[in-house]
Amino acid sequence: MKIYDIIIIGAGVVGASISRELSRYKLDIALLEKEIELAFGVSKSNSGIIHPGTQNPPGSLKGKLCVQGNILTRQISRELGVDFKEVGELIVAFTEEEKLRLRELKKEAESLGVPRLEIVDSAWLGKNEPNLSKEALAALYAPTAGIISPYRLVYDLSENAARNGAEFFTETEATAIEKKEYFEISTSKGVFRSRFLINAAGLFADDISRMLGIDDFKITPRKGQEFLLDKKKEHLTNRLIFPLPTKTSKGVLVIKTADGNPMIGPTAEDIEDKDDLSTTDEGLKNVLTRARKMIPLIDGSDIIAYFAGLRPASGNDFIIRHEDKTPGFINVAGIQSPGLTAAPAIALMVCDLLKKSGLTLKKKLIFRSHRKKTIHLFTEPLKKAKALIKKDPGYGDIVCRCEQVSAKEITDAIDRGAKTMDGLKFRTRAQAGRCHGSFCTARLMKILSEKTGVPLKDITKRGKGSRIVLKDRRDD
Amino acid sequence: MIERELVIVGAGPGGMAAAISAYENGVRDILLLERDQYPGGILNQCIHTGFGLDYFKEILTGPEYAERFIKKIKAIPEIELSLRSFVTLLTGDKLLTYFKPGRIETVKARCLIMATGCREKTREMVHIGGTRPSGIFSAGLAQKLINIDGLLPGEEIVIVGSGDIGLIMARRFTLEGAKVKAVIEIQDKTRGLLRNVVQCVTDFDIPLYFNHKIVKIFGKDRVTGVSVARVDSDMREVTGTGFKIDCDTVLLSVGLIPENELIEMAGVRIDKKTNCPVSDETNKTSVPGLFVCGNAFMVYDLADSVSKDSEAAGRLAAEYLKKIGRAG
Amino acid sequence: MKKKLICIECPKGCSLDVDIENCRVVKVTGAQCPKGEKYAISEIEDPKRILTATILTKGFPLKLLPVRTDQPIPKARIADAMKAIRKLRVTKRVKTGEVIARDFLGIPGVSVLATRDLEMLK
Repeated sequence: MKIYDIIIIGAGVVGASISRELSRYKLDIALLEKEIELAFGVSKSNSGIIHPGTQNPPGSLKGKLCVQGNILTRQISRELGVDFKEVGELIVAFTEEEKLRLRELKKEAESLGVPRLEIVDSAWLGKNEPNLSKEALAALYAPTAGIISPYRLVYDLSENAARNGAEFFTETEATAIEKKEYFEISTSKGVFRSRFLINAAGLFADDISRMLGIDDFKITPRKGQEFLLDKKKEHLTNRLIFPLPTKTSKGVLVIKTADGNPMIGPTAEDIEDKDDLSTTDEGLKNVLTRARKMIPLIDGSDIIAYFAGLRPASGNDFIIRHEDKTPGFINVAGIQSPGLTAAPAIALMVCDLLKKSGLTLKKKLIFRSHRKKTIHLFTEPLKKAKALIKKDPGYGDIVCRCEQVSAKEITDAIDRGAKTMDGLKFRTRAQAGRCHGSFCTARLMKILSEKTGVPLKDITKRGKGSRIVLKDRRDD
Repeated sequence: MIERELVIVGAGPGGMAAAISAYENGVRDILLLERDQYPGGILNQCIHTGFGLDYFKEILTGPEYAERFIKKIKAIPEIELSLRSFVTLLTGDKLLTYFKPGRIETVKARCLIMATGCREKTREMVHIGGTRPSGIFSAGLAQKLINIDGLLPGEEIVIVGSGDIGLIMARRFTLEGAKVKAVIEIQDKTRGLLRNVVQCVTDFDIPLYFNHKIVKIFGKDRVTGVSVARVDSDMREVTGTGFKIDCDTVLLSVGLIPENELIEMAGVRIDKKTNCPVSDETNKTSVPGLFVCGNAFMVYDLADSVSKDSEAAGRLAAEYLKKIGRAG
Repeated sequence: MKKKLICIECPKGCSLDVDIENCRVVKVTGAQCPKGEKYAISEIEDPKRILTATILTKGFPLKLLPVRTDQPIPKARIADAMKAIRKLRVTKRVKTGEVIARDFLGIPGVSVLATRDLEMLK
């Protein structure tokens, strides 16, 4: 049986970033994911903010990696053809006391190396953020903050890693791990062996670590409920709008997203259940009140969707370390915010840890760093769209009316690995608009079934147990 | 770029009636755009009876009602029906861009009638908490899956809202062999037609709860149940009245919203609360020569009323074209 | 025996009190017009419904052909009717109004009609 040099558990943004970084080297890499598709864990409900590095404690690991990651993300997004937009962020003060704290925040961030910070006054805000509450006194402006699509980043990182030789196994859940001569990982799809093991299992990183006898940390899910607004409100703000941070969170934000829809949230609720993705009325009220304090124009009727995500928190900082007690085992745990931003820096750090623990990293002769940008018709100018349709009529066949997704984008997404309705949604935005798939669900199912050979009634929302329909008349 | 006398967007009961009426009132160049591969719009999935009593003095099913208009349209060569044509852009001076398989067309309409219908409100708009598993459908989607695609969305159903589509789907699910466990209505009376309450719910002994709401949806991968509670006159949950219903499917029939994103893009004034165009007269909008008819103008109870009022839009369009014709 | 009914002949929706003896209506009160009594009698003594459903097609882009009974059939036979309809298949082009099945469920004169044209796409 094949012995991999490295196995990574967990195909979220951390696992995907590590796999892509390692795929530069002459190594056999495998990535194991328990869900049916990648990015179906913590990453699927990420806000998509590439943080500048503000709001992190001075001297923290996450602060350092965030600042590095912000820079690295730009190059990676260029190479992979993922849309990254530098929109900037404002941390807004509403009282004199808060205004004073802006200076502290600025100082702390500067000590971490966050560039080009500036404190702006109410006149600046009035001119540059006209929808911001007139009660805002001042703000800390961090121009290097950006936005990206978190799941598309995971898909494109993984696709590029795979192109450079990394192997991906989905619906492959690690159930037991032993360290003998090699790591032996028992999974729902058989035993995998490797010389090195990287735990990037997100919410379940503590469970994975415990399988190797290391149980000095616990992942506490911290739930965040987020509320998406109609795309019509895309220009509600020009930047990401933050309140002053509290000890446990960055507070309720008004977020710009890569898809255009503004988002408000998240809440921050420490919970026990790692599967609890429920949303509540209280969460909605809480978020709406806080968001409207900053942007009074926001109305409850603008909300078209909501969801909850879980931050895999463990204490206040990331845990990234080689476990000397189990040589070759690296934990990458507690990657809460700003994990998406930090991911490429985490990947570099993991490479370093691997080197230090005895792995030789030899560069491949050819590393294909670039991939062709995925086409999203609605973001293309009309001229380009016309040319695309001429080349492939499928681009002229609109399947999703709200987000204007064409049949060709759907079949492309399936070719690139989408197996479920959620997988299609995350990749293409079909079903993510204001009608919630009422219009396109049936057609999407048909295309998915025709292309993958899965019978219509076995098409799922997100894998096992989540079938969309239960019976087909053709079986009568 | 091509210029057309009259462009109508949407070939459902509104757009088809408007096209015929415009022709009958003298318009001789009509482009009727329809995004689906068949004309008829939502009528095609409304296989139940209940159409035509007002308009044709006959009881018809949705497809039969549509067929009457389709036959007429096909017999009028001055009406060009363009199927699989999806309008994506509209400007204030009535420039339309639409996608077809294989090409994008831009057309300038001298006069425009939008008959884009309406969409269903979603769970988020009525604030139902809980999880987001598979098994939550708008009533219209479930109707399409069953009546057009031959797929049964679920076997144990709870229906939220007693609007007509919800009631009709209670009957359809029952006929198709599923068990409808309850219809939950937050108001103290049905929102649907009386005959639908009797023939879709009472006929099958389906419990209909008034003054109740769904508080939460349960289930990780697929819906496993809902919690229901009574509400007071302010629609607030009454504590201690909650109970759970096991089900694998939640169907939402909680209201309709006019589909007016295109005209909003074109700068037509829209009422934020109702999503209807702001108007002082049926079918008229704040933009001269841009008319809206049918459910896009306001949500109607009956397709018959949609067709009737849409005929008026056809007349208005003809009058408008005559007026600007003389001026030009 | 007494039974309450809501008349559905028009949107007024009169609340009817019906006195029944041996499955026969003997008295109807509450109706604002003569239609109410007629409705009550048919609902109690011989309730009937038009059934609409779909039939699986073979070889057409449209998977299902919508159909209806050409006249109301006894309410008690609706379940049987659904079973019978699920067994039917349409393999030929049909036009709206064409008869798909005659003497349906063995009821003389009752036909199942297509309510949509079934044809190949051009």
